Amino acid sequence: MFGLSSLSNTGRKPDTTGSKPMEATNAHLDPVDGRTPLVIGGHDFHSITEIVARPVEQGMPRGWYIIFGIALCLLSLLLVSIGWLVWEGVGVWGLNNPVAWGWAIVSFVFWVGIGHAGTLISAILYLFRQRWRTGVNRAAEAMTIFAVVCALMFPTIHVGRIWLLYWVFPIPNQMDVWPNFRSPLLWDVFAVTIYGTVSILFWFTGLIPDLATMRDRAKTLTRKRVYGFFAMGWRGSNRHWHNYEVAYMILAGLATPLVLSVHTIVSFDFAVSQLPGWHTTIFPPYFVAGAIFSGFAMVLTLMVICRTAFKMENLLTNRHFENMAKIVLTTGSIVGYAYAMEFFIAWYSGNPYESFAFVNRAFGPYAWAYWIMVSCNVLSPQIFWFRKARQNLTVIFIVSIFVNIGMWFERFVITVTSLANDFLPSAWDYFHPSFWDISTLLGSFGLFFTLFCLFVRYLPMVAIAEVKCVLPESNPHHQPTEG
Amino acid sequence: MANVFPQWTNSLPKLVVGALLIGGTVAVFAVTYWFSPEYTDVGYTPKQPVPFSHKVHAGDLGLDCRYCHNSVETSSTAAIPPAATCMNCHRSVKADSKALAPIRAAAAGGDPVRWVRVHMLPDYAFFDHSVHVGAGVGCATCHGRIDQMEEVAQHTALSMNWCLDCHRHPEAVLRPRSEITNMDHDPAQSPFDRAAAGLRTVDPPEHCSGCHR
Repeated sequence: MFGLSSLSNTGRKPDTTGSKPMEATNAHLDPVDGRTPLVIGGHDFHSITEIVARPVEQGMPRGWYIIFGIALCLLSLLLVSIGWLVWEGVGVWGLNNPVAWGWAIVSFVFWVGIGHAGTLISAILYLFRQRWRTGVNRAAEAMTIFAVVCALMFPTIHVGRIWLLYWVFPIPNQMDVWPNFRSPLLWDVFAVTIYGTVSILFWFTGLIPDLATMRDRAKTLTRKRVYGFFAMGWRGSNRHWHNYEVAYMILAGLATPLVLSVHTIVSFDFAVSQLPGWHTTIFPPYFVAGAIFSGFAMVLTLMVICRTAFKMENLLTNRHFENMAKIVLTTGSIVGYAYAMEFFIAWYSGNPYESFAFVNRAFGPYAWAYWIMVSCNVLSPQIFWFRKARQNLTVIFIVSIFVNIGMWFERFVITVTSLANDFLPSAWDYFHPSFWDISTLLGSFGLFFTLFCLFVRYLPMVAIAEVKCVLPESNPHHQPTEG
Repeated sequence: MANVFPQWTNSLPKLVVGALLIGGTVAVFAVTYWFSPEYTDVGYTPKQPVPFSHKVHAGDLGLDCRYCHNSVETSSTAAIPPAATCMNCHRSVKADSKALAPIRAAAAGGDPVRWVRVHMLPDYAFFDHSVHVGAGVGCATCHGRIDQMEEVAQHTALSMNWCLDCHRHPEAVLRPRSEITNMDHDPAQSPFDRAAAGLRTVDPPEHCSGCHR
């Protein structure tokens, strides 16, 4: 797939240097595989480099500054919230008995879930030879890493005394404090940190050829040095490409089981406990489907923004969006099936506590949250049965926002309703978030968008080298007949 | 393309990885050793307001520990004696000693003597002397050869893993109740089999709330 050794900037001159998209009609099918092409607009190797590298080199549109400014404000809010939390203790949140796991865990699971799409796109779709992944994989992997950063932040700060956080790692110490290996919370530490590490390595490996491109195009010595440092001496030799592909394949193989394992283990945090509403064997597959669902929704949100802002409709085509919309529809329906199956098992088990937990979810004090969840997650993606909706960016954007909201509420419903109304009615209570709960959640979006804005500002947001590989010219069966 | 970096930078990646691996390992061991109470606390010998010699009283004269620390078998703390206990003897022995002036003042109704605590456990660690003495842990096991100390110094780390070492293998340090205050008794030389003596076995807690209540 990456058998090209000539990906430098010496490709032939583009026929149309402008970025005007040409509608993909039958006349413009890929000459080799006869399908809708993944790069439209008659672009060649050089003009693809130009499209992707130009925003990084020539500055951002005004919208970027607005989004970055808002994100920085929210990030400051996050820092204040964390500072106050550390100073005052976790009591500043709305946590109390019986709801001892509140928004921190809800938001942790939400962000880890979002972090699943990147690795799915980059690893699983790579192994399945889904060539359309090349348009979105770079940004999706970046999104994954930033989502994992946000996710890791929540358990870090929710421990209260964060200076003792090293207790979660098996580090020899004179106290003999050692993690409890029977606790799923510890499995979480390993699952998420390994996932973060592998995602960063995978993302970085894929970036190396493009970083070298950025280095070679750089005008100033500082840029040359910074990009050159991270390009790690890449010269695009045949041997480099060979090693690169092997490394990429190995990392894809390593990352593939992680896509499934991380959210499985996150679901164990709940499923291994004894609480009705949590103690369910369906949780691992249900959580993984939900994670991919929410991850793709976030990819869609970001890609719609990026495509519009950076005029990349020739690289991020309707075919890309249609494929992702289909995945959202599929996983959304799996999630809907899981919601239904939870109710079926609650009835079929004959366990009164289990039945109560689910009836209470749908019709109890948190019914509003439950029905927000169902309408956003199960109903809203159904519009993607229609081809017109899958090709309409506005519809895609709106549905993706709904799904993001719905998936946050899913974790809220699971975490809070189960705790609020457990076995003993005398212990029941209603959860109220405090100001600091809300500010921390908003702040985590600030962190996420700050990182993502910096990513599009300084790194090529589409995998230049990989997109070149899906051009018809890169296909060994291509016969340059048209001239 | 001209070189962006000088040639020596080629060795940087290996150096960085090596430094991180070695540095990380060194840091863990350094913190484990130099930050531990075994290094920082053992040997702590504060200056006391009265130069009371445990060597003279408990060693040479052979006073039983419990003559002064009389609550050790029944209470969580081993009491620091009031000045009146000292005056039981010092009313007649060395009655005019200059060094004993604070004791006499305290016994006459002045402020109590401000002894400086040597063995300090954190507030979040629950420790009960009576339970340990009752199970057969001798004074010398934790406090060392008090009978040979002019000034009392901290003999053991009192750190959490030091506690846990005993809690995991208590049989190595237990002794009969009769030998509790015997400074010469060495459990390593003469192990004590509680079951053979008809006593219940000792099962110290190892869970968090055993000590952190």
